[in-house]
Amino acid sequence: MTTQTDWLGRINPIVRSIQPSGIRRFFDLVAEMKGVISLGVGEPDFVTPWHIRESCVYALEKGYTMYTSNHGLLELREEIARDLADSYGVSYNPRDEVLITVGVSEGFDLAMRTILCPGDEVLIPAPSYVSYAPVTIMTGAVPVFLKTSMESGFQVSPEMVEKAITPKTKVLILCNPNNPTGSTIDRKRLLEIAEIARAYDLIIVSDEIYSRLTYVGEHTCVSSLPGMRERTILLNGFSKSHAMTGWRVGYAAGHPDFISAMTKIHQYTMLCAPITAQVAALEALKNGKIAMNKMVEHYNHRRRLVLQALREIGLPCSEPRGAFYAFPEIRSTGLSSEDFAQQLLKEEKVAVVPGNAFGEQGEGFIRCSYAASVDDLTEAFRRMNSFVSRRVSKGKVVIVSFGKNESKKEGICRTV
Amino acid sequence: MKKILELLENDARLTPQTIAVMLNMKEDDVVRAIKELEEKNVIVGYFTLIDWEKVGEEKVSAIIEVKITPQRDLGYDAVAMRICRFPEVKTVRLMSGAYDLAVVIEGQTMREVASFVTQKLASIEHVLSTATHFVLKNYKNQGIIVDDGEEDRRLMVTP
Repeated sequence: MTTQTDWLGRINPIVRSIQPSGIRRFFDLVAEMKGVISLGVGEPDFVTPWHIRESCVYALEKGYTMYTSNHGLLELREEIARDLADSYGVSYNPRDEVLITVGVSEGFDLAMRTILCPGDEVLIPAPSYVSYAPVTIMTGAVPVFLKTSMESGFQVSPEMVEKAITPKTKVLILCNPNNPTGSTIDRKRLLEIAEIARAYDLIIVSDEIYSRLTYVGEHTCVSSLPGMRERTILLNGFSKSHAMTGWRVGYAAGHPDFISAMTKIHQYTMLCAPITAQVAALEALKNGKIAMNKMVEHYNHRRRLVLQALREIGLPCSEPRGAFYAFPEIRSTGLSSEDFAQQLLKEEKVAVVPGNAFGEQGEGFIRCSYAASVDDLTEAFRRMNSFVSRRVSKGKVVIVSFGKNESKKEGICRTV
Repeated sequence: MKKILELLENDARLTPQTIAVMLNMKEDDVVRAIKELEEKNVIVGYFTLIDWEKVGEEKVSAIIEVKITPQRDLGYDAVAMRICRFPEVKTVRLMSGAYDLAVVIEGQTMREVASFVTQKLASIEHVLSTATHFVLKNYKNQGIIVDDGEEDRRLMVTP
């Protein structure tokens, strides 16, 4: 007689305890519908520029199908180091301070696994990207959330960080610009946070994948700040800047001891990032600036359209200054994030991501990606407007208009 | 100015209101700027790129290499202008190299285009010779790939 294997009982309790991403749950719902305009996509609507794709095709024809060094192609690391120096004024030795990873996702996992021990505490801004907390939990460490609010532009404040620090605090995660809120951290604020990090000997894991998509002010790389290069793991890649999400290629830069420890995990688990993607990334860095700037300009145009549309609908929204997301508050409709997203999808065939997919702190908000064509954005927000105004007629919404977003000091477009 | 032109070049349907929002400008300023650009002939025209074949409309176009004798004081301009005024002629450009004018002609049938070339174009004074090349297929037109097969393949929702 055969007995059934009790798989659930055998799964590592930590893995069992992790919830599947809320976004995937919503994805199943959307996938069944036709004629949907999606503002739920967390990737560029541009296809990778042709010169990048073409360089990969050429490399394949030439027979570039083998492993690369664990660290990644030296030429690519050199180009990354040059780019970081040119763009942000921070220098890394391409030989031992840069590791090519399979996207920032792998880089983040490696960094966390390399540094964290069970019981360590990790400070994570909330709301933030879906993987930070689960990856932390998988190492046995404990996520401690820094709850940001729309009123303060979803900014992490130094006080907030200091208050959350305990003797067990080891890592502070920063995501600048932020997914899902689109907020950016300016240099002054970063300097204040850096001071705390130095005072309490924290390591900063800095996810800067959206760095090129900064529309107001200039992006500041954390490791470029005085004394921060020594205590920062810098993560970046090509997915957003060069529309290369599916290629899965990114990098980590940091202290040689730390990079070499990360490389140990990388060499036993991943071996190396795909050579095709590395070749393409090299081309992106060498010749991709014009196409990249063009895309960034398009996003900025759409960002303004979306803000204006939200203003007309009457949904308060902190001005997004980076990435390609707007994160409006939908509390005035009397709906929860999930109800709003589900009903909007059902009634108007517009997909947005419920804010709670990014943690509790995202409840009451929705994430609207503006990586979509102007036509689609216009139509989607027209539909959202009629959806929201139907809630108005039920007497649930108070619409208050607010002033010009970009002129406001803190960038808050809050209704009063 | 330049930004407005770039947007309109890409999509002539954009309203001044939308352009104003996209560029963080005042709508009145955009309206004024566009009017000025039109008056100065910087914006020369607005048109729609149409794939007539898809609606069963047969059109034939040809690129014609024209060699001409330049005239004293006028160069190529007078002959070029004479050619320009025919409505069948879509484009006229002065070229460097083996021939002088590149003329694009559109007609309903090959016969129509051929007879235009022989009757009207080749017979113009100072035109020395013509060579007609019929267009067999359009792959890319005005910067737009006709059927690039690059539809949105992204998943509907991703983190």
